Amino acid sequence: MRETLRKENRMRIELDINGSKREIEVEPRTTLLDCLRDTLGLTGAHAGCEHGVCGACTVLFDGVAVRSCLMFAVQAQGSAITTIEGVTPGPGELSPVQDAFCETHGMQCGFCTPAMILTAHALLADNPNPTREQIVEAISGNICRCTGYAQIVEAIALAAERLRGANRPKDARP
Amino acid sequence: MSEPGHRYVSTDRRVREDRRFVVGKGRYVADIGLPNTKHVALLTCPYPAARIKSIDKSAALAMPGVHYVLDGAELAAATLPLMTGLETPNVPRRPLAHEVARYAGEWVAAVVADSRALAEDAAEKVKVVYEKLPFVLDAEQALEKSSPLVHEAHGSNVLLDKTFTWGEVDRDFAAAPRKLSLRVKWGRSSTVPIETFGVVASWDPWRDMLDVYASIQMPRYSDQIGIALKLPASSVRVHYDVDVGGSYGVKRGIKHTVLVGYLSRRLGFPVRLIEDRLENMRGGDAHGPERLFDVEVAFDDQGIVKSMKLRALENVGAYAGRSPFQLGKPIGAIVGPYKIKSVQYRAMAVVTNKTTQEAVRGFGQAPTNVAIERTVDEVAEVLGLDPIEIRRRNMIRHEDFPYTIPSGTTYDSGDYHTVIDKVLKHTSYEDLKRERDALRAQGKLAGIGIAACLEPSGGNAMFEALLNPKITTTTFMDSCRITVDGIGSITATMHTTSSGQGHETLVGTVIGEVLQLDPELIRVTRPDSLNSLPSGTPVGSRMAIMLGGAAFHAANKLKAKLIAIGAHDLGIAPERAVYERGEVYDRNAPEKRRAWADLVQIAYRNFHRMPADMEPGLSVSHVMQVPTGGKLPDASGRVQMYPCTSFEFHMILISIDPALGRPQIVKYRVGHDCGTVINPKIVRGMTMGGIAHGIGAALYEEFAYDGEGQLMAQNFMDYLLPSSHEVPAVEIVHHCTPSPHTVLGQKGSGESGYLGAPAGIANAINDALRPLGISINTLPIKVAVLGDLIAAAQEKKE
Repeated sequence: MRETLRKENRMRIELDINGSKREIEVEPRTTLLDCLRDTLGLTGAHAGCEHGVCGACTVLFDGVAVRSCLMFAVQAQGSAITTIEGVTPGPGELSPVQDAFCETHGMQCGFCTPAMILTAHALLADNPNPTREQIVEAISGNICRCTGYAQIVEAIALAAERLRGANRPKDARP
Repeated sequence: MSEPGHRYVSTDRRVREDRRFVVGKGRYVADIGLPNTKHVALLTCPYPAARIKSIDKSAALAMPGVHYVLDGAELAAATLPLMTGLETPNVPRRPLAHEVARYAGEWVAAVVADSRALAEDAAEKVKVVYEKLPFVLDAEQALEKSSPLVHEAHGSNVLLDKTFTWGEVDRDFAAAPRKLSLRVKWGRSSTVPIETFGVVASWDPWRDMLDVYASIQMPRYSDQIGIALKLPASSVRVHYDVDVGGSYGVKRGIKHTVLVGYLSRRLGFPVRLIEDRLENMRGGDAHGPERLFDVEVAFDDQGIVKSMKLRALENVGAYAGRSPFQLGKPIGAIVGPYKIKSVQYRAMAVVTNKTTQEAVRGFGQAPTNVAIERTVDEVAEVLGLDPIEIRRRNMIRHEDFPYTIPSGTTYDSGDYHTVIDKVLKHTSYEDLKRERDALRAQGKLAGIGIAACLEPSGGNAMFEALLNPKITTTTFMDSCRITVDGIGSITATMHTTSSGQGHETLVGTVIGEVLQLDPELIRVTRPDSLNSLPSGTPVGSRMAIMLGGAAFHAANKLKAKLIAIGAHDLGIAPERAVYERGEVYDRNAPEKRRAWADLVQIAYRNFHRMPADMEPGLSVSHVMQVPTGGKLPDASGRVQMYPCTSFEFHMILISIDPALGRPQIVKYRVGHDCGTVINPKIVRGMTMGGIAHGIGAALYEEFAYDGEGQLMAQNFMDYLLPSSHEVPAVEIVHHCTPSPHTVLGQKGSGESGYLGAPAGIANAINDALRPLGISINTLPIKVAVLGDLIAAAQEKKE
């Protein structure tokens, strides 16, 4: 009886997470954040305020930085979701943005860090040469309580500089 | 900032913890997934004071997937009240309200269910009948005899009222030609980490073991759990390898832990409570100081402050944890960086029907610094003196150190005048004044704020014995163990959690420095509480001093053992042996040497080659006493508090839009001296973060209550945390005055920035308001308040 009740409350959806298709069952009321953490085991997204202010739950939604606590998992069907696990190149490796955060120590406790890095990825994908003001604006929806932001801003500027100098294949998308 | 002769200390090295954080592989408490874990949601009292008449759990318990509803009566019968600091047996503090709830948001019942969502659904079905009681919110009102009593059995709302007189206060006041008094209010705010508090407890009835995973920063955590749950602490295993998502003092979740610890024992499965933001802000007992200061100073025509009377009235909320002690720590720097000869200090703490406080970054020092620094500025104003000049005249000079202040602490070292000179060399004061005046000429209100503040560091908890004579604790240890294993790799241990301070990097760097080996070769781990040496945890700006010190001493013990083994095997006296980068050689014949692998071989496998009476293997440990600590207060209430004092000098230019009242920080400079810096990236980050937090406390953050006792700022829409827009670019000017009491000359920096930023900002705003003939001494100085104040003053002027 109990199982039936709960089964009736569930929906089967297919999510595109970090380039892989994942078929899962969720309650319609489950947030994307809870789904990522509890159902998919992607614990790099963090719950800070769960009302859309702190930004610790930020993921990329078709390349755009969004708050995963403010949307339902079922709304993510049909879109490409990228989490911090998806921008890490491989075991033991760091993306240029991740490495730049290490270089400047753009964090302390690390709790807001994955979201900051995803926000930085989104910014640099759109604007490879951001000014300080543009960086400040981009991360203004991500609260960091440890650093006072200075070393985060420096990390993103450093990552931008390194990425501009990197030998990268041209975007092959039409 | 770096001291010559160091190989790794003070060099700009990366922070080893960062690698796991940037890939989202930090291991926070919400990431701990024990099989069959059940979840807690809390039912809270909607009134500031109410008697609990009845609790009907039946509808909640009938829901599928709901396992239990715990109330305060059951918990109070099964556990002991939580540990408090003062002798106030009639003010018991418990995880769930028992009979009476004393603030809006206090936890009344805990629901356990298969998922957090289900537990929240079920909490809505629990029916509680309350009888509303009279309440009191304001600290001064709480002092009045006619006020409702928060704890009736205590007989009053006063938890602490203690007056100290150090030196000839009456004589100095009588002799001084000038006096001035000021009222300063520090509003209720806190550190508000982005990770709420969370804890998972799992009881194993066959092993008699409670495993605890928590985002904790709490001294004597496992002791307190054991006492409250009536378990030996050897049945409580706290896992220290849990990353804490920010704390800055406040993560003291003992009530949460006792609650889930009891539930896990009662129910037989792991139970977890991860606060949501609302639970955290209302009932997480994580508010910080709310303090009213009445300051009076006696001074002469040259602006030399002779004596000070300070009354601090703290509104601790409904229950007392360690919060009243936050009135005690400032005693160790009660005169700030100044040569004030006599002080009277009255420390008062009252209970009210607000959320309970816990420890906050600086442990009461930041509010006290605002009171002192606002007063110094007012003295300058009265005499027409420049705020930097009056500070220079009153400050302790470099040649005066070590300097003993009236309350008994001897400051270790400092060079305040030089720090100021260096800041002014970096940024011209005259140019800054011109910039301010130019802003004023454009119709803005503009002001320069100066603050010169101290950061007592080293975490000696002597304020306990000062405020509660029954406490006779004179140590606050920290520790490190180093083991070189059978194939020569090195593992060091630390014995507490961290919340972003980079302690693994600290330990690796210090041991690498002593052993002259790459710090990256030194693994740093955190055993659980049952496998740990004594640790006082990272509070009181102490870990560079105490954990760094313990690591230093342990590494030197290891080095001595390696030298003894090498010398013995070389057939020479140990005094003739030289240790260099893991090898031991004969000073007189450097070709005669034993490599690292040889020394390991002897220690682990060739006992016949070991010196007599030496233990085999290579494992050493050190438990460190706080430098300068170990004495109880004398009869006049004088005692050495923290061993070290760091110094910070803030110089801030603020512009205020007179129509909106919106302040904008135009320039921010800070001179900082925390002795030898072990890791420059970490110290800079802490200082910047402390300033950001200080900006929040000065301008934005407040747990405001309405007249009905309801917390108005209970989410991040209402409790405003500074974003990247509110925090300006800050330039730090470093200076290094090593401490004579620490192994590398280091001092604390975990509270830096925060201890001076609120004072500097308050002074800048008052400088800006001066042309209007008004002042403001209530923090936070919110836009709305400032706007109204300016409008009223302008109207009056016109």
